[in-house]
Amino acid sequence: MPRSTSIRALLAGAALLALGAGASADEQYFPLQSYRVGPYAAGGTGFFGGFIDYLNLVNSRDGGVNGVKLTWSEGETQYEVERGVEVYERLKSRPGIAAWNPLSVGIAYAMIDRITADKVPLITINHGRTDSTDGRVFPFVFPLLLNPYSETSGIVEYLATREGGLDKLKGKTIAVLYHGSPYGKETIPIYELLSKKYGFKVEQIEVPHPGNEQQSQWLTIRRLRPDYVVLRGWGVMNPVALKTAQKTGFPANRIVGNVWSNSEEDVIPAADAAKGYVAITTQASGAQYPVIQEIVRTVYDKGAGNLSDKKRIGSVYHNLGVLNGILNVEAVRIAQAKFGHRTLTGDEVRWGFEHLRLDEARVEALGAKGLFHSINVTCANHEGEGRVTFQQWDGTQWKVVSDWIKPDWASLRPIIEASSTAYAKERGLTPRDCAAEEQADIQSGKRASVDGK
Amino acid sequence: MSTALDLPAKPRDLSGPVGIALLLALAFGLVPLTASDYLFEAILTPFLALALAGLGLNLLTGYAGLLSLGSSAFMAVGAYAAFNLSLRVPGLPLPVSILGAGLVAAAAGLVAGLPSLRLKGFYLAVSTLAAQFFVAWALNRIGWLSNDSPSGVINAPRLVVAGQSFEDARGRYLFSLAIVSFLTFATGRLVNSPTGRNLVAIRDSEVAARIVGVKVARTKLLAFALSCFIVGIAGVLWAFAYLRTVEPAGFNLDRSFQILFIVIIGGLGTLRGAFLGAGFIVVLPLVLSRLGAALLGDSFDSGTLEMVQRIVLGALIVIVLIREPAGLSALLHRTARRLRLSA
Repeated sequence: MPRSTSIRALLAGAALLALGAGASADEQYFPLQSYRVGPYAAGGTGFFGGFIDYLNLVNSRDGGVNGVKLTWSEGETQYEVERGVEVYERLKSRPGIAAWNPLSVGIAYAMIDRITADKVPLITINHGRTDSTDGRVFPFVFPLLLNPYSETSGIVEYLATREGGLDKLKGKTIAVLYHGSPYGKETIPIYELLSKKYGFKVEQIEVPHPGNEQQSQWLTIRRLRPDYVVLRGWGVMNPVALKTAQKTGFPANRIVGNVWSNSEEDVIPAADAAKGYVAITTQASGAQYPVIQEIVRTVYDKGAGNLSDKKRIGSVYHNLGVLNGILNVEAVRIAQAKFGHRTLTGDEVRWGFEHLRLDEARVEALGAKGLFHSINVTCANHEGEGRVTFQQWDGTQWKVVSDWIKPDWASLRPIIEASSTAYAKERGLTPRDCAAEEQADIQSGKRASVDGK
Repeated sequence: MSTALDLPAKPRDLSGPVGIALLLALAFGLVPLTASDYLFEAILTPFLALALAGLGLNLLTGYAGLLSLGSSAFMAVGAYAAFNLSLRVPGLPLPVSILGAGLVAAAAGLVAGLPSLRLKGFYLAVSTLAAQFFVAWALNRIGWLSNDSPSGVINAPRLVVAGQSFEDARGRYLFSLAIVSFLTFATGRLVNSPTGRNLVAIRDSEVAARIVGVKVARTKLLAFALSCFIVGIAGVLWAFAYLRTVEPAGFNLDRSFQILFIVIIGGLGTLRGAFLGAGFIVVLPLVLSRLGAALLGDSFDSGTLEMVQRIVLGALIVIVLIREPAGLSALLHRTARRLRLSA
């Protein structure tokens, strides 16, 4: 009897080992260049927390994507470029890398050559290099949902709805208060362009990094008496702007924040001064969405949640991380449908991102209706026509105050293509022929379905 | 303090010709054959770039006794100059544009060095801060310098010399190593030349130097120019060979402090001090964090690990400076001597 038990135990052990080996063979790995310390830790912990929470949810609820388990590990960057590069070099040799998500413009820029050579996608959700929207020149870079130009256009469209139409913007004055960094400056030409197009006056005022002293800028604004102030801030600059606005008597409800000035961490330190402040977002905040509720039930209630402060569940950065998780996981799922339910190469996941088409029905099925609108990435358009919405801070939470607004992509595209063409020329690259690639995809799809029959 | 300012160790001990030949054989021969991409890209290339920057600053601070807090600004000048030279002068060979970048940085250093004719010590350090802030401001402000890239971030040109590509990890390392070795030898010759002795004379006593006939003003400016030449080239390596992008924010005051700490911890007024200091400041944190990750596993919170690593590094700095205020170079020297005595 004892002997047979031991044999059985051995067999069971062997079976477990086999299962384990099988599982480790089919894994998709996400290297995370996170930042949990340093001046931008609030954004880093929220975003990477949300991302990890969603990957956890997919693993524990579905056993991964079609049986392929999702894995990840973190390397601390402190939002510094050289640390990000170090983490990249350290983790890039791990097997089964799906995509890189550094959430830092500087790190992303330094990685573009590297990931292109290594053929792995680089995701810069809501930020990044605007002209990387052109997938013909940047095959592996994806500024998903919203690049800086679309964000600018979205803000202008929203201000037009407040005034009652784009033609009503004529003669209005908009002051743009921007962070004195590459990120802050990226939209200067596009505000100029839109002001000419719609006939409003634009005044762009720089706040030197880090932006904890803005008295003189707001005095300029007071002299200027603009109809709106657009806040293109980052970190400590945002609450200081709101407080200084209050001091100089500029109403908060006429200040519109951009996508990196839209979090709880930006308004809570400003307390009263932030009441009525409006900011753009691609993902509404709040924990009421089914996917967030599922994360709470399946991940946090089992003590596996990534955020140490549960109050931050459903905050702007956390939801952005969850949304980023959804987009990454769905790209893997779409690529699996073509290449098979196995560990994919970076180039195969790139194909998945280029076919990342989530309509409203699919978004609802993912439990994210209301969290974000839809995405439609193609070979040529790596941004994916993300819609934006606007939220107003009521002193305790963000409330959505607009519909899902479409930026004016058609008039932005030529500027993007001019810039990406210049880049291609500088680097000696030949842009891809997207039409031909799509044709080839259709052909191979037909052949596959014939084979299937 | 007097030990900190001793002249570099005479050849014959560890840093003798045999030792240097061995080190070079190791760096040029064995390392490229055995090291991994990670070692090249994430450790050796940045180590070389910052060691070179340390070498440049050591010439100014260690040898000539002029304190500067603007090193990273001159790195930025070098990087942006090389970018603009290779962008705007088509067909310019890379070595020429790197040399040109060094000269532009030297010119900037000459201007920034003018206050040194009147100011000393901490006052001079504060005046070099102006260079630090002015360069960052100018690079942010003048679009032409970054080829009107909207974000101000520029991509480094390809590393190709005479048709030979240095684009892969090993190539980048060898490219940096060649430049660093050459400049280190040149600096070695310089500090042992009459000019080098003039620098030390000014550091030790300006009045005495003037009495024995050293042209103080000219030598000080020369120190700034030479130092900034080397620091500028270090900036090119940092941007082109290591990061592959250039943005003004990457060359901030923190980087200047980092370079100053490399010099102080490595040993003021020694050539090898820059390399030892760069090893301590650049490589050691990475080793610590790898060690921590290996001990605690992937799932351990990376933020906590980072904090622990900082505490350990800070403690090590304090211990080193208490045990040997003259820096790692002197520590090494002393250890070697003890070993020889006991042998």
